[in-house]
Amino acid sequence: MADERRPGDMPLVSDDVSGLKLVSRSTYVKEAALKNLFLLCAFVAVAGVGLIFVFVGYRGWPIFSEVGLWKFLLGTEWLPTSGLFGILPLFVGSIVVTLGALLLGTPLAVGAAVFLSEIAPPKVRAIVRPAIELLAGVPSVVYGFFGLLILRPIVAQLTGGLGFGPLTAWIILAIMIVPTIATLTEDALRSIPDGVREASYAMGATTWQTISRVLLPAAKIGIVDAVVLGMGRAIGETMAVLMVVGNAPGFFRGAGAPISTLTSQIVMDMPYASGMHRTALFGMAIILFLISMGLVFTVRVLSRMREEPS
Amino acid sequence: MKDMKRITNAIAIGAFWLAGLTTVFILGAVIVYVFVNGIGHISPAFIFTRPHGVNAEGGIWPMIVATLYVTGLAMVIVTPIAVLAAVYLAEYAVQGRLVRIIRFAADTLAGVPSIVMGLFGLALFVEGLGIGFSVLSGALALSFLMLPIVMRTTEEAIRAVPKYIRWGSYGLGATKWQTVSRIVLPSAMPRIITGLILATGRAVGETAVVIFTMGTMIFTPVLPTDPGRSMTVHLYQMAMEGINLPAAFGTALLLMVMILFFNLSARWLLRRNRRMQG
Amino acid sequence: MNHTLVEHASDSTPLADSSVKIAVRGLDFYYGDFQALADITCDIEDNAVTAFIGPSGCGKSTFLRCFNRMNDLIIGTKVEGLITLDGQDIYAPGIDPVDLRRRVGMIFQQPNPFPMTIYDNVAYGPRLHGMRKKADLDEVVETSLKRANLWKEVKDILGRGGLTLSGGQQQRLCIARVLAVQPDVLLMDEPCSAIDPTSVQKIEDLMAELKSSVTIIIVTHNMQQAARVSDETAFFLQEEMGQPAILVEFGRTADIFTSPKDKRTEDYITGRFG
Repeated sequence: MADERRPGDMPLVSDDVSGLKLVSRSTYVKEAALKNLFLLCAFVAVAGVGLIFVFVGYRGWPIFSEVGLWKFLLGTEWLPTSGLFGILPLFVGSIVVTLGALLLGTPLAVGAAVFLSEIAPPKVRAIVRPAIELLAGVPSVVYGFFGLLILRPIVAQLTGGLGFGPLTAWIILAIMIVPTIATLTEDALRSIPDGVREASYAMGATTWQTISRVLLPAAKIGIVDAVVLGMGRAIGETMAVLMVVGNAPGFFRGAGAPISTLTSQIVMDMPYASGMHRTALFGMAIILFLISMGLVFTVRVLSRMREEPS
Repeated sequence: MKDMKRITNAIAIGAFWLAGLTTVFILGAVIVYVFVNGIGHISPAFIFTRPHGVNAEGGIWPMIVATLYVTGLAMVIVTPIAVLAAVYLAEYAVQGRLVRIIRFAADTLAGVPSIVMGLFGLALFVEGLGIGFSVLSGALALSFLMLPIVMRTTEEAIRAVPKYIRWGSYGLGATKWQTVSRIVLPSAMPRIITGLILATGRAVGETAVVIFTMGTMIFTPVLPTDPGRSMTVHLYQMAMEGINLPAAFGTALLLMVMILFFNLSARWLLRRNRRMQG
Repeated sequence: MNHTLVEHASDSTPLADSSVKIAVRGLDFYYGDFQALADITCDIEDNAVTAFIGPSGCGKSTFLRCFNRMNDLIIGTKVEGLITLDGQDIYAPGIDPVDLRRRVGMIFQQPNPFPMTIYDNVAYGPRLHGMRKKADLDEVVETSLKRANLWKEVKDILGRGGLTLSGGQQQRLCIARVLAVQPDVLLMDEPCSAIDPTSVQKIEDLMAELKSSVTIIIVTHNMQQAARVSDETAFFLQEEMGQPAILVEFGRTADIFTSPKDKRTEDYITGRFG
C-alpha cells in the first residue's frame, strides 16, 4: 500500500530509545507526595472523630469532674435550674423510645427485606425498593411534622391526653429505621447462594419453610448487624423524637405520657442553657457519642464473625 | 397436615406482601399528605419573597438561599477530601492497622448522632474558632457528616472499575497517579456523582447540625460568615409554634420536592450509566 | 522528557547476544510463601514469535508478567534470578518499571479498551509520555491503527467510544494502543481466548506482520494456534499441586510439535491434539 509507513516513520514517543531508565527522582517524589496527600485526606476521618471527642468532651468534662459521673448518670432528677443534673430519666427515655421503635420496626423491616429478596415479582420490587430508599431520604423534621399533625391526634384518641409521648415516637421512629434495617437485611439475604434455596425446595419445603428454617437463620448475623445499626439511628434521632415525645424530663410512665430523651432535651435546653447546665448538655452529647461508637464497634465485631466461616 | 403446611405458607407469604406494601403505603402517605396540604401555599411569592410579621408570613426565600448555600458549600469542602480519601483506601492502601483505623473512624463518623455533630460544630467552629453562627460553620459541620457517605460511595465506585482496565494503563507505562487520574476516576465518575447527590440530599434534610452552627436567624446570607436559617429549622419552628402552619406545609413540600429531586436524579444517573455500559 | 535523572542501567552482561532479546537465568517466583515458578532459564529470540504453552494454572501468565514487571503491582510477590532485556537486568535496583512497561507492551486476555474514544485510546500512551502536538498525535494514531490492521474499519469513527467496537476489533484496538508507544517487545496473554474465530484469524495474521519489528511472546491454551503462529515454543508444567511450575522443554516450534525430547511434552501435546 502506498500510504503505508514503516513503523520508524512515526513521531517518537520517547526521545531515548536505547536502554532502560532508572526511576526518575521527580516522578518518584511526585508519586510519593500524592500518596501522602491522599493518606492525609483519609486521615481527616480519624481527625474528625478525634476532634469531636476532644471538643465536645472538653466542654462536657466539668460535669464529670464537678458533679460526678455517677450523680450525672444515675441522678433521677433533671432540674437544671435547681442544680440537679441527673440524666437517668432522659437515658431511660432514650432506651424506651429506641426499644419500642425496634420492636415495631424490626418485623416490618425484616418482612420487607424478605419480600424484596424472596417473594416480590421484579415489577413490584422495582417499586418497593426505591420507596424504601426514598423513606431513608425523608428529612427527620418532615417525619416529626407528619407525626405531630397526623399520628399525635390518633394516639391522643387511643391513650387520652394530647398524644405526645412514647407511642407516637415509637411509630415515627419505627418508620424511620425501616430503611436502615431492610436494606442491610436484604443484602444479607442476597448474599446467601442460590444453591441453598434450591436444596431446600428440592426437599419439598414450602417458601415459608425455606425462609424461616434456612434463609433467616443463615442471615442471622447480618440481621443482627442491621438491627444494631437501626438502634444507632433510633437512639441518635433528634428532631422527629423531639417533635412528638412531649419533652417532660421525668421517668417513663406509660405509652401515652410525655417523656424526654437525651437528644431532644439537648435541643430543648441549648438555646437558653448556660453555666453548668450547658456543660451538662455537652456531657450528654459525649455519652451519646460513646454509645454510637460502641454500636459501630459491635457491628464491626459482628461483621468479622460473619466473614469468618461459621 | 399437608393443608396446614399450605395454609401456613399462604399466610406467611401474605404477611411478607403486607410488609413490603406497607413501606410503599407509608411513603405514599407522607408524600401525599405533605403535597395535598402544601401545594396550595406554593406560589412565586412564597418562594421568592422574604417573610414578614411576627408569624413569619410571606415567603421563605432567605431559608431557601441559606439551605442551598450551606449545602453547596459543604459539598465543595467535602468532595475533594472524601474522593481523595477514597482513592487512598481503594488504590493505595495496604490492608493493615492504618486502614482498619481509618475505616473504623469513617464508620464512627457515619454513626455520630446529628445532634452531637451540631454541638461539635458549635464548640469548634462557632465558638472555638470564633466563626460564629454562620453558613461556613454549618458547612464545616455538615461536611463531617457527609464525609463518610461520600468516602464509602466513592470507594465502591472506584472498586467497581474492572481491574483489567487498570492493567491496560499500567501496561502502557503509566504511573499509578496517571492511571488513577486518567482512567480510574473518569470511569468511576457517574457513580461518584451519584454518591455526592445522595449525600447532598441528606445534608439538605439535616436539622440538628445546622440549628447549632448556622443559627435560627431569618437572614439571606451573602458571605460565608453570615448567619441563616435552613428550611428544616424553619419547618421545625413553624410546626412547634403551631401559629403559621401554611408556611410549615409549604416549606415541608419544597423540602420534599428537593429531596425527591436529588434522589430521583441520582437514580436516573445510575441507570443511564448502567445502560451505557451495556 | 521530564526525567531529571536519566541514566542507563549497568553495562551489558555477557548474556548479550544480538539475536537474543530477553534472557532468563534461574528465575524463581513467589506469591508470598508459595513458589510459583522454579529455576527457569531460557532465551527469547529477537524478532520472532515465542509461544508459552502448558496446562492452565501452570504459571505461564505469571512468567509472562515478569517481563514487564506487572507482578510488581501484586503485593507480596517476589522475583529471584535474572531477566535481561537487550542485556540489561530489568530487576536491577533503581530500574523504573513504569518505563520498562512502555518498552515491553502487553495485551490481555480480556480486550480492555478504556471507556473513551477510539482516538483517545490510541493517543493515551503517547500523551502519557509527553506527546502534546495534535499533528504528532494524529500521525501516531493513524500509523498505529494501520499497523494493527484496524485503520480501514475505524478511520471514520475515531470519535466513537472504544467499547462500541466488536470484541475482535477491541482487541486490535488494544494492540494499536500498545504499538503507539513503540514497544520492543509485545507480551500477549491469551489474546484470542475471549474473541470470535474470524477475529482470531486477523490477529494471527497481524502477529506475523508485526514480528519483523517487535519481539512477540504469546501465552496460549490453543495448541494449533501455537503451532501456527510461533517460531519457538516453551512448554511449562506444574507437576503437582502446591509445587512450583518448571520449564520442561524449549525449542523450535516445529521440533516441539513433531519430535519433543521430553516424554511429558509429548504426552501433553498428543493429549491436546488427539
